[in-house]
Amino acid sequence: MIEIRNVSKWYGPTQVLKGCSTQVAKGEVVVVCGPSGSGKSTLIKCVNGLEPFTEGSIAVDGISVGDPKTDLPKLRARVGMVFQHFELFPHMSVRQNLALAQVRVLGRKAEEADARGMSLLDRVGLRAHADKFPGQLSGGQQQRVAIARALAMDPICLLFDEPTSALDPEMIGEVLDVMVELAQEGMTMMCVTHEMGFARKVARRVVFMDHGEIVEDAPAGAFFDAPASDRARTFLARILHH
Amino acid sequence: MGEFDFSVWGPSLPFIRDGLLFTLRLTLIAMTGGIVFGTLLALARLSPIVPLSRVAGAYVDLMRSVPLVLVILWFFLVIPYLTGKPVGAEVSAIITFTAFEAAFYCEIMRSGIQSVSRGQVHAAHALGLTQAQAMIHVVLPQALRNMLPVLLTQTIVLFQDTSLVYAIGAKDMLKAADVVGKNYNRPVEMIVLSALIYFAICFSLSLAVRQLQKRVAIVR
Amino acid sequence: MNYHWNWGIFGEQVKSGDETYLDWLITGLGWTLAVSLTAWLLALSIGIAVGALRTTPSRFLVALGTAWVELFRNVPLLVQMFLWFFVVPEFLPRDWSLWVKQEMPAKEFVTAALCLGFFTSARVAEQLRAGIMSLPRGQRDAALALGFTLPQAYRHVILPQALRIVIPPLTSEFMNVFKNSSVAFAIGVMELTFQARQMQEDSEQGIETYLAVTLLYFICAFTANRGMAWIEARTRVPGLIARTS
Repeated sequence: MIEIRNVSKWYGPTQVLKGCSTQVAKGEVVVVCGPSGSGKSTLIKCVNGLEPFTEGSIAVDGISVGDPKTDLPKLRARVGMVFQHFELFPHMSVRQNLALAQVRVLGRKAEEADARGMSLLDRVGLRAHADKFPGQLSGGQQQRVAIARALAMDPICLLFDEPTSALDPEMIGEVLDVMVELAQEGMTMMCVTHEMGFARKVARRVVFMDHGEIVEDAPAGAFFDAPASDRARTFLARILHH
Repeated sequence: MGEFDFSVWGPSLPFIRDGLLFTLRLTLIAMTGGIVFGTLLALARLSPIVPLSRVAGAYVDLMRSVPLVLVILWFFLVIPYLTGKPVGAEVSAIITFTAFEAAFYCEIMRSGIQSVSRGQVHAAHALGLTQAQAMIHVVLPQALRNMLPVLLTQTIVLFQDTSLVYAIGAKDMLKAADVVGKNYNRPVEMIVLSALIYFAICFSLSLAVRQLQKRVAIVR
Repeated sequence: MNYHWNWGIFGEQVKSGDETYLDWLITGLGWTLAVSLTAWLLALSIGIAVGALRTTPSRFLVALGTAWVELFRNVPLLVQMFLWFFVVPEFLPRDWSLWVKQEMPAKEFVTAALCLGFFTSARVAEQLRAGIMSLPRGQRDAALALGFTLPQAYRHVILPQALRIVIPPLTSEFMNVFKNSSVAFAIGVMELTFQARQMQEDSEQGIETYLAVTLLYFICAFTANRGMAWIEARTRVPGLIARTS
């Protein structure tokens, strides 16, 4: 589904991605982790072309992201993304947030889009909040709406960029619950996250990054039980013993 | 102390009203046109097409560094050469203020657009919205809302600045007061009256803007 | 319509006398500079005082400062020019009033400089107030804790910091003063805009006239901008701006 081959990226003289290669198969859940500044957010934003990359290639469902001839909006419409800071549109109600791209991008009728939006709100347990504005919801609720907004486009896969790291601890659970459910239903997911409990539970593989490089790319069990590199061991020790 | 006779205010009112109507019309047209053209200018300034952003930038800098009175005189002089026939002071004033204010609204809209975080643009793109759709549905509405108090404050400034059409003799409120003052030989009383009217309108508008500012601050 | 260009116009004699048009523009530039610089000095001294008053704990002083700012901000500058020129003298005691109307030297200049100075002082006061408010409250407390009186705290601690912060907005106010001085044409100050109108009517070479005057305003604004940048560089405190921005 997602094929990342030898992707490198420079910001001026600094190299932020160094020859990264990995892939996510259909129905697979892959967790990307690593210390801050390791390039994991940059890598996931390359997947739907929000960040351009300098070298290498990325294909999603066989379509090349870096190809200037690719219709990026069309591709992005099929790839859902959930952001660290939710990025709901603050000037629109929850209902309008869910409907906007369905109507403008997919060309759905307003009623159809609304019905789809409402059923997804039901699913994340927020139907009662449909007419509120994002600013009136808690962080956890906003992130659940953001997931529903991504799902409303009927995506072929979902990208998560640190979906819980801007949340208060007591709200992380409600968001992870939704994500676990999606994983168990067979959604293809690539998740940048530090939630190792989530990774252990649903991830098939873990990709560990440091300094712009993919240091390890291993089945989840193997990664947690016997990380191959020192850097991964240090990272796991730090993150698990707090 | 001189002697005043404020009884001239009574008979002056119909003239003042007509002048005020022109002042308001000029303000509203220049505001609407200024915001529309200003937004287009802002988009041009932020555009990655270098010649376009340069031209827009040069226009804005030019308008912002020349005194408004001089701009009014410039347009009044040049418009007849462009249209091939003389236009009245009123039409000239409307064109001038729209063109002039566009430069100021442009800078406001530009900082408004830049105040919308990159994350919002990313989110819009991630949903498949095109550049233009993201601008129209996500960025501009937020930019407008964030900048509403500043846009309105600029409009109050615009309302005051329309008095400068005095330089080309357009019949605005100040001109009406001036004419009545001369006809009744009571110029001092008429200046005081126009100052009071301007103050009453601008002061209440700026109080309203301050209320709005508080509300916007809470919603955010 | 066709326009007849004549770039030699500036060297020609005016119709009504033996000066050249260039002389007119030089006179105009002189009055523009005189009005602007006098007004700016006035605006700075009043504006700083009023801006500081608006941040004191005294409700009365704050109200006074606010009234000052609102008064000058909500009446068009042109109307204020007329008020100072035609109306204020009427409110003076009879002897003074007569003196102002009949004998005061350079009446138009004095009126315009006062008017523009007061008008700009309100804007300077607003900037300064915002600058002071942006300082951490601890600065005032620390100064008072050291035993400074409130005026001393302003003099030695608050104003030196606030003034540095407001240099960028004050730069654009300074440039505005030159632009706004053009309004003085309406009460007969022979500044650039007044001279431009006169030269345009007299010579009928409007475009050359306005181009020259536009250029002169540009030069004024540019010089003002560089001057303020120089002051900003001279007074910069390492690390201070970084913290406040």
